[in-house]
Amino acid sequence: MYHMSNLLKVPTMAEYMGQGKQPEVLFWVGCAGSFDDRAKKITKAFVKLLNKANVDFAVLGAEESCTGDPAKRAGNEFLFQMQAATNIEVLNAYDIKKIVTACPHCFNTIKNEYPGLGGHYEVLHHTQFLKSLFEEGRLTVEGGRFKGKRITFHDPCYLGRANNVYEAPRELIQKLEAELVEMRKCKSNGLCCGAGGAQMFKDAEKGDKEVNIERTEQALETKPEIIAAGCPFCNTMMTDGVKAKEKENAVAVLDIAELIANAQDL
Amino acid sequence: MSYISNVLFAVILVLGIGYFAKNVKKLIRNIKLGRDIDVSDNQSQRWENMIRIALGQSKMVRRPVSGVLHVIVYIGFIIINIEVLEIILDGLFGTHRIGLKVLPISVYGFLIGTFEVLACLVLVSVTVFWVRRNVIKLARFMKSEMSGWPKQDGNLILYFEVVLMTLFLVMNATDSQFQSLNSGNVISQFIAPCFEGMPENGLHLIERGAWWLHIIGILIFLNYLYFSKHLHILLAFPNTFYGKLQPKGQMDNLEAVANEVKMMMDPDADPFAAPAEGGEDDIPEKFGASDVQDLNWVQLLNAYTCTECGRCTSECPANLTGKKLSPRKIMMDTRDRLEEVGKNIDANNGEFKGDGKQLLDDYITREELWACTSCNACTEACPVSIDPLSIILDMRRYLVMEQSAAPAELNTMMTNIENNGAPWPYNQMDRLNWKNE
Repeated sequence: MYHMSNLLKVPTMAEYMGQGKQPEVLFWVGCAGSFDDRAKKITKAFVKLLNKANVDFAVLGAEESCTGDPAKRAGNEFLFQMQAATNIEVLNAYDIKKIVTACPHCFNTIKNEYPGLGGHYEVLHHTQFLKSLFEEGRLTVEGGRFKGKRITFHDPCYLGRANNVYEAPRELIQKLEAELVEMRKCKSNGLCCGAGGAQMFKDAEKGDKEVNIERTEQALETKPEIIAAGCPFCNTMMTDGVKAKEKENAVAVLDIAELIANAQDL
Repeated sequence: MSYISNVLFAVILVLGIGYFAKNVKKLIRNIKLGRDIDVSDNQSQRWENMIRIALGQSKMVRRPVSGVLHVIVYIGFIIINIEVLEIILDGLFGTHRIGLKVLPISVYGFLIGTFEVLACLVLVSVTVFWVRRNVIKLARFMKSEMSGWPKQDGNLILYFEVVLMTLFLVMNATDSQFQSLNSGNVISQFIAPCFEGMPENGLHLIERGAWWLHIIGILIFLNYLYFSKHLHILLAFPNTFYGKLQPKGQMDNLEAVANEVKMMMDPDADPFAAPAEGGEDDIPEKFGASDVQDLNWVQLLNAYTCTECGRCTSECPANLTGKKLSPRKIMMDTRDRLEEVGKNIDANNGEFKGDGKQLLDDYITREELWACTSCNACTEACPVSIDPLSIILDMRRYLVMEQSAAPAELNTMMTNIENNGAPWPYNQMDRLNWKNE
């Protein structure tokens, strides 16, 4: 059977090391991006873009481990710091300088919480990195399949409020010549999808509604054709929300990387 | 004979300020019950934050209606207080409107006129505030933690302001000497006709009465602050100064844990080595917080600063969807427990005697703590840089690291991370399988 993904070039750091070379950037895939069926599609879409732009990148593969974000936010500082120490040891051994990741939780943790434990890297969210590829002319996109489509962007808490990154994902959507529509709660006032703070891994406390349903309703108010996300967990929560509202045939939930890759039929 | 009122005034002033000072001392003592935290960094950024957020009210106006009304009351409060200076000087020296003796009539009139206009605007704003709380019943003022004293407290403050502003205007309206200057009586000239036809000494009596009640009212209000949510008018300044400077997503790395992890990771560390000199340091520090003394002093300052506006709670995804968590309640509980601990210390000759209670469970339930998504909507919404999230995280840390009391599903997630480096039960060696799928 023919698989597009068979064409993906995904070198590991160990391979680079073997050739005595250093990649331009390390792609930190993250647990969701590695194991979650939905998130793996985002990972592949991003890799296709990296390949298309001829970015010299590598992944850690089996040497990557959870950053410790969900453990830390659940209150298990021990486990977090053990994970951090292990990862920092690997990253420093490879002399990593620059990291890109499609997960805002990994992004926040490595960027903000690893420096105090000895891990100093330039860390970018994939939307920031893609934006720079466009600016450098290494990646181009012209309208394509999403031209004129109504797209609303759901700000991931750990990208937006947590790190003040609001514009990179929006600029990318506009590059698709799509119609970017904002929810009534957006940017610094954006509503959480309900997955942060380790909530992804447990049932919600008793209440009268699920957070992802509330957020999905806000998104649907904008009458979008696509809800764009920038986080694998938000993606899951919004996808579930759209299903619960029985709108899955009318509204797609896609990561920004998928939008750009799909726009050019990569 | 005439100096009796001067003496009386001085006594009232000293008593009023003295009692307030005593309570401020208590307040500082209570805040210092918290753990130490180094906030000596980035002084210039801290000053800027204080000027922008507290003095400049930058985050208040994000909600335009309450924001603008608040700015009016805030400016009115600060500017009209210049008048208190004159009242104090008059009271101490037995003068009447000493400002007229040192300032040209036009300047004095301009000042008093400004105060009168502001007093009028404050009255309007305060009325709107009252209507929002009691007639429109805005949702954020109606949450469960706002019943009883907090609701009364909110209204009492508004009544105080109405009374003080009214007394100020009546004082000016019944001061026939001031009215005859016809300078600065912008508002009071319209109140003066209400008193028309009164005998001169009756008018004087009302003027004196309003004057005395105004200054006594201000002193009562000053002393009321400590017992109310209204301390924010003072504490907003230090609170925004000491507020978090790091990106909102950054949570502190516990140093005590870092040391232990270093020991565990260090192949040269000797686990059987004799403890270093000064054995007390070796008593393992309690991880996380179960009571107010486990929080740091900035978190405790946060609790005293909270004025229970509820902007945090109205943005909280958990609260919006009917969960018990309310970030405002986290702050109110922290303050209530801190006050209780403070009273315990006062009653026991300066030492805290265990009372079988703590912040966890007796005030803040586990259900509230586990409902947080750590999304930072609360910290973003707070107009005075309060951080309820840091308290929630510290209490989760206590539950997990001291009590192993995380919800079962989170324990599964953490066991997975420990065993296979991912929150799900997948093998770490399979991390790159997606490449070939």
